[in-house]
Formats: sequence, C-alpha cells, structure tokens
Amino acid sequence: MSPQTANTYAHPENDLTPEVNYLNATKGLKSWLLTLDHKRIGVMYLVTILTFFMVGGLLALGIRAELFTPEGDLFTAATYNKMFTLHGAIMVFLVLVPAIPASIGNFVLPLMLGQKDVAFPKLNLASFWIYIFGAAFLVFTLIQGGVDTGWTFYTPYSSDHASGSVVLTLTGAFILGFSSILTGLNFIVTIHKMRAPGQTWRKMPLMLWALYATSVIQVLATPVIAITLFLLIFERILEIGIFDPSMGGDPVLFQHFFWFYSHPVVYVMVLPAFGVISETVSVHSRKHIFGYMAIAGSSVSIAAVGFLIWGHHMFLSGQSELQGAIFSFLTFGVAIPTAIKNFSWIATLWKGSIRWNTVMFYTLGFIWIFLIGGLTGLFLATMATDVHLHDTYFVVAHFHYVMMGGTLFALITAIHHWWPKMTGRMFNETVGKLTFWLAFIGYNLTFFPQFVAGTQGMPRRYHQYVPEFEVWMQASTIGSFIFGAALFIMLGYLIHSLFKGVKAPHNPWGAVSLEWETATPPIEHNFHGLPVCTKGPYDFDEIEEGA
Amino acid sequence: MIPSLLLPLLGLGEAAAGQGKTFWMPPQASTLAPDVDKVFYFIYWVDIAFFVLMMGAVIFFAFKYKQKKEGEKTSSNKGSHSLELVWAVVPLILSVVMFVTGFRVYVESVIPPADSYDVRVVAQKWSWAFEYPSEGIEASELVVPADTNVRLTMSSKDVLHSFFVPDFRVKKDVVPGRYTVVWFNAPEPGEHHIFCTEYCGDGHSVMLNTVKVLPQDEYDAWLASQQAVAEAEGDLTGVALGESLFTKKACVGCHSIDGTKLVGPPMNGLSGRTEELADGTTIVADDDYIRESILAPTTKVVAGYAPSMPPFEGQLSETEINALIDYIKSLD
Ligand code: HEC
Ligand SMILES: [Cu+2]
Ligand SMILES: [Cu+2]
Repeated sequence: MSPQTANTYAHPENDLTPEVNYLNATKGLKSWLLTLDHKRIGVMYLVTILTFFMVGGLLALGIRAELFTPEGDLFTAATYNKMFTLHGAIMVFLVLVPAIPASIGNFVLPLMLGQKDVAFPKLNLASFWIYIFGAAFLVFTLIQGGVDTGWTFYTPYSSDHASGSVVLTLTGAFILGFSSILTGLNFIVTIHKMRAPGQTWRKMPLMLWALYATSVIQVLATPVIAITLFLLIFERILEIGIFDPSMGGDPVLFQHFFWFYSHPVVYVMVLPAFGVISETVSVHSRKHIFGYMAIAGSSVSIAAVGFLIWGHHMFLSGQSELQGAIFSFLTFGVAIPTAIKNFSWIATLWKGSIRWNTVMFYTLGFIWIFLIGGLTGLFLATMATDVHLHDTYFVVAHFHYVMMGGTLFALITAIHHWWPKMTGRMFNETVGKLTFWLAFIGYNLTFFPQFVAGTQGMPRRYHQYVPEFEVWMQASTIGSFIFGAALFIMLGYLIHSLFKGVKAPHNPWGAVSLEWETATPPIEHNFHGLPVCTKGPYDFDEIEEGA
Repeated sequence: MIPSLLLPLLGLGEAAAGQGKTFWMPPQASTLAPDVDKVFYFIYWVDIAFFVLMMGAVIFFAFKYKQKKEGEKTSSNKGSHSLELVWAVVPLILSVVMFVTGFRVYVESVIPPADSYDVRVVAQKWSWAFEYPSEGIEASELVVPADTNVRLTMSSKDVLHSFFVPDFRVKKDVVPGRYTVVWFNAPEPGEHHIFCTEYCGDGHSVMLNTVKVLPQDEYDAWLASQQAVAEAEGDLTGVALGESLFTKKACVGCHSIDGTKLVGPPMNGLSGRTEELADGTTIVADDDYIRESILAPTTKVVAGYAPSMPPFEGQLSETEINALIDYIKSLD
C-alpha cells in the first residue's frame, strides 16, 4: 500500500471504529499479559499505576485524617510513620516516576512517530514485568506490616534503627529502577532511529522531546540510586560500615548519593508533564505552539542542569557552606528554562481559539498549580530562607504542588486528551468540567494551607503537633477529602464512558500530530501504510497565514 | 479598617501576638530573624507579581479568545525571539539578586561571632540535653541570657536529628559522629519552641523543647541554682569533668598540658592550631578534629609522633567526649 497522505485529518472512512482494532484483535488474558503491542502495554501500565495511586492516595487520606487534630489520636506514632513511608514510596517509585512515560508515553510515542511499535517490543514487555515484580516487593512489605524509614531511607536510621522489612522495600525500589532504565533506553533508540519519513527533530511533537529528555535522565541517574540502595542493603545485612557512623560510615554520603538520583528524578516526573501540556495547550487553542525550539531546548537543558543541583536538599545536612552556595546558585539555573516554558504556554493562548473543554481546563489548572509550585521553589533555592523552611510543611506543600499537582494534573490532562484514541469513546464533557472544579478547589485547599503552616514553623513527618497549626491542618484535611471525592467521580465517569460513551471519531480534537492519523482506536499495527510527515505537529487548519 | 486587616496578610503589619509576627512568619525573636524575613518578603513580592501577571494573562486570554465556534481562524504567530529573550533575562537577573541577598544573610547566620557564649547540645531519641561547659552544669531545657551571642555545638548519640527554633529562623541537622553549629542572639526575654525537624522515629513529633531567654540577672540566678544542685549531687560536668577524665583515662601519661613533649603532643594551645600531619597535609584543630583524634587517633597522625595512641571509640559517652574536648580547649 502506498504511504498515506499525512496530516489531512478528514478521512471519513476512518471515522468508523474499525471492526478489528488493537483492543479486540486478539482475545484472552494471555493475549494481554504477553502482548508486545506498545498500546496494550501502555494501557496495562496505566491501569496498574492508577491502582497504586489509589493505594497511595488512601494512605494519604489516612494521614490527613490523623492530622485533623493536634493530638495523635487516630493511629499510633509507629503506624503513622509507616503510613507516610509507604505513601511516599508508592507514590514516587510506583506512580509518579512511571506515570506519564510508561503509560501515556508508551501508548503515544510510536504513534506520534508514525511507527508500528517501539524499537524493542520485547524489552518493553520485560520492563513492564520487572515493574510488576518490583511492585510486588513493596506490596509484600505492606502486608508484612510496613517500614518506617520514610521514602528517603536516610541513614543511620535506616541502617540499624528502623523497624520493619527495610531490606524488602529497598530490594523493591532497586528492581523498579531496572524497569525505568529499560523504558528509557527503548524510547531513546526509538526516537533516534524510527521517525516517520519527513519527521525531522524539529517536526517532532514536543511531547517526544520531553520523553526523550526524560529517558536520558532515567538511563543516567537510576543506576546511582540502584547502587546506593544496594550498598544500604549490604550495610544492613553484612554490617559493613558505609553510611552508619557507629560502624565508621558517613551518613551525609548517603544523602549525596540519594539526591544525586532523587533530584533529577523530579524531572522524570515533571518533564513528561511539560510535554503533555505543550500538546494540549496548542491543540485546544488551535494555535501553533509559541517558541517551539525554546520549549524543546529547555526540556534538554533542564535535564542537564538537573544533574548538578542535588545538594540543595542538603544545605543543613552538614555539607560545607561553600558547597551549599554553589548548589544554591546552580538551582536558580533550572528556574530559567522552567519559566520560559510557562511563558511560552501562556503566549500560545494569545489570539487562539480556546476551547472551554475538560482537557483545556486541566491544562490551565496545571499552569496555575505548577506556577505556584515553581515560584515557591525560589524560597527553597535561596539559602537564607531555606534554613527556615527546610523540612517544614512548606516543603511538603511545594513538592506536592510540583510533583503531585504538576505530574498528576498533567496525567489527568493526558488521559482525557488521548482517551478517545485509547478507548474509542468520548467521556461526558459536562461532568468532566464540573469534576475539574471540584478537583481544582480540593487540591488547592489541601496544599495551600500547608505553605502557611510551614512558614509558621510546623515540621514535616509529625504525628502530633502544637495547637497553633490546627487551623491550617484542618483546612488541608477537608481539602484532601474533597480532592479524593473528585478523583473517584472521575474514575466513575471514565469507566462509564467505556460502556455508554459516544463512539469517538478518529480525530475528535482536530489535532495534526501523527497519532491522530490512524483509526480510533488504532488498528493493531497502528497504520496501514507508513505515514509521511509533511507538516509540523502544530500546523492547524484554522491558522490564518499572515494574521 | 479593611486595609489594616489586610496588612498582616500582606506581611506588612505587626500583629499583636508577637514582635514581628506576620501572616506568613512567626515572631522575630532573634537578631537574624528580621534579615531572613526581608529576604522572604522580597521573594514573596516578586512571586506575587509574577503570579498575578501570568495567571492574569491566562484568565484574560481564556475569556477574550474563548472559542465561539469550531473552525474559527487563529493567529499564525509562532514565537518571538525578542520576547523570549526578555523573559529569559528578567528571571535571570531576579534570580541572581535572590541568590546574592539570600547568600549574604546565610553567611551571617552560619558564622558565629567570636565572643559567643558556648552551649553544647546533645540529641538522642527522643530528647535534647544541654551542657554548659564553662559553668559545669547540664540542663534539660535551653536557658540563655538575653542580648547575648549564643553558639550551640551539637552532636547526636544515635540518628540524625535537626535543631529548629522557628522564632529564631535557625535550623541545623544534628549528625552522629560529627559536630554541627548554630548560633543566635535573642534580644528580648521570652520562650520559644524547639522542634526536631529531621525524622528520627516514633518520638520524632514529641521531640520538643523550649528555649528560655532570660534577662542577665535572672539568668545568673538560674545558673547559681543549677550549680548548687550540681554540687549537691557531686556530679562533674563540662571542663571539670574533662579534667578528671584526662587523669582517669590516663591521657596524662602521654600528653602534657604545659607544652612538654611526651609520647604524644602537648594539649595546651591545641584548639585552633594548624597541625601538620604525618602524610604532609595540614588541618586546623577544631572540635571535629579533636573528637576524631580521641576516638580514632590513627586516622590523622600528627607529624613527628608515632601512631601509638589507643583508640577510645566506644569507651567514652557523648557527654564525656564533649567534656574532654572542652577541657582541652580551655588549656592555653
Ligand atoms: C599511649 C599514649 C597516649 C595516650 C594514653 C593518649 N594519647 Fe593522645 N596521642 C598520643 C600520640 C602518640 C599522639 C600523636 C599521634 C597521633 O596523632 O595519633 C596523640 C594525639 C592526640 C591528639 C591530637 C593532638 C594534636 O596535636 O593534633 C589528641 C587531641 C589526643 N591525643 C588526645 C588524647 C586524649 C584526650 C587522651 C585520653 C583520653 C589521649 N590522647 C591518650 C598518645 C597517647
Ligand atoms: Cu531537588
Ligand atoms: Cu526527629
């Protein structure tokens, strides 16, 4: 078959759900569990990640419930500590790190490149199963009664003071690292080697630039955390002093290793989110993205600078003051590209034709939340203010705004944007928009008061607290339950749409990137022929040349 | 009426509850606090400006360019290099300003003045203890004289802890196996929370204490009463304890305190001296170095001496180590 003429989204013949698509091409559980189809793998990741998100979220609601009163009356301190440890570990390692790349990324990456699959489909399946295997360890820890190290595993507490199955948790996180590395490798090779004819680097959707930068971080940083966790396992089992001063080790060394991974990893969480927003802000305002190269370049420079600033987590740890000053300075270096992205998204809206739909609401909600997250980061990059704010609720609020607000809102945006493509159905817009408001208000009510509690001095990881902070903690708890309710409603209307939703046309949003070129839902091998990329991913028909 | 209510919200007014307390920040109870708050509010206003500007634009555009029907025309604009340059350079300049102001106050906060009054802080799961080396007492709460520079030298017996006094704007991790330092000067008498801010296990959230700032005369009275108690119990602390340990642990056999070279180097004048080591490097003898020299003497061997000192790791309690160091530092 001759190559399709690409980027003409009026293919009426495509507007009918194909008889045979990737969802029904083969049947039976085995055809899913052992599939090599990147779309099915993406969907399996999504379902698993959302399941773990629910577990982590329920733990969070338990934590918030405890904090409704200053006394530690609902759970014991030991239980509370295990709850926040597992909440953190599950949310970071099982949810936020793979959230967008492994689920949405897996689904759209080959489609956006006009390809039939990723470069190494078997490796892709392997990384899914390694993820499940690693996750099983964390689940097992939970069943065993949990751990209380905090997700940061700081030594020497984790070396010989913590209770619970520390080694089990560490092993789980260690294994999960491999899944992350393999997905990253797969994406890098695919993007380098398998672009559609005519699709130069500058014609790639920005989502792909973001996934590319993310993958580089995953490949380079993850080995370091793997080695670190391994050393800690060694120290615990063999009692070799590496990090524990009572055996001659250095606890601050652990923090260096840990943050060398864990700082870049916040960009693993948030760069894909930037990618998603760059797509949706443009598609749903029908305008070319503003400053394409600036956004693409800032993804790459964030990835690079992100490696040099881990020490900003350690201003008070006992690292030298000079070191602290250098890390502080470099940290501001990452604020600039982030600011550039935000400005570019906003400028994209200018003179567009902005749809007031669920995807756009979440996109704008993301900008609001991420802006607050980013701006409050400046207080933490500045040394004098960080001294006061470090390890208080201010930090908790800040990283929930960037990691949870940022990544989660972008994931929700992405799910809604690609939902028709993935499922072949449309969700109910009215319910979607109403739920957005509930989620948005609940979210901000949860985390904004925490900023105030933090500046007033409330430390994090506190099971009880002094009464001064009660009003902020109560507002936060109320917000968290509103937010939780909104997410359940979302789950409800999305599932409902699977059965009762209107059948989706092949390109409901009028997007021009290649994933919308094929049928909805896509056929098993994505495209009948090989699509050719003739125009850029943001060259919409509505754009009026010369205007 | 309304403007005056808004003032604390905006961080400008002084609410009645405490000196310098604002909507965002707790009372300013140290000489450092107003400086930190100035940096805080500088960033705060920059943030507010950016937020209002950017979200204002988003909301304005969302209404102004709201889609009326599918297919309406849009601008062909794809970017603007001059605009991009502006919004790269403006944040860059503001960042540098933030860094510099933050760094200057930070330097002020980490370098204790030379005339500081010394108190040692020993953290353990889940309590704080305070030793007054020059007074020979130990207390379970931190009592300090007002309007005095106080330097805390902190160590931990077990895991990481962190010493935080919100009203003073000071915080520092307390690390096992090494010393960390904070200092403050509280101009006015008063009481302030001490929180532990590094997660340390089950008792983390109850590892609280209080700083009591007393006027000098009340402080002297408090000291005298504590000393009386200590004498009655016959417990030695601080320099006095160090002196007795120096004999009891047989340090005297190898170390003189009058400058004579015995098996080991003399102890007088050691503190702050630049030592030449056998491997050719030099090191300034601070608390960390003296601690290491006692616990693991062969790690850094002084030039001209044999590595013949026995390690005291595991044989001295945290209090005893501190007392020995204080004693050595008192010799000149
Ligand atoms: C057997 C003899 C011996 C005994 C007992 C001994 N030391 Fe030492 N000490 C030495 C020698 C020799 C050195 C120099 C070599 C080195 O640095 O290890 C030294 C070095 C030191 C230093 C570093 C001095 C410098 O100039 O840098 C300190 C501090 C010290 N000892 C403290 C103590 C204390 C406190 C005790 C008692 C708890 C003690 N020593 C017991 C032999 C001894
Ligand atoms: Cu970081
Ligand atoms: Cu603690």
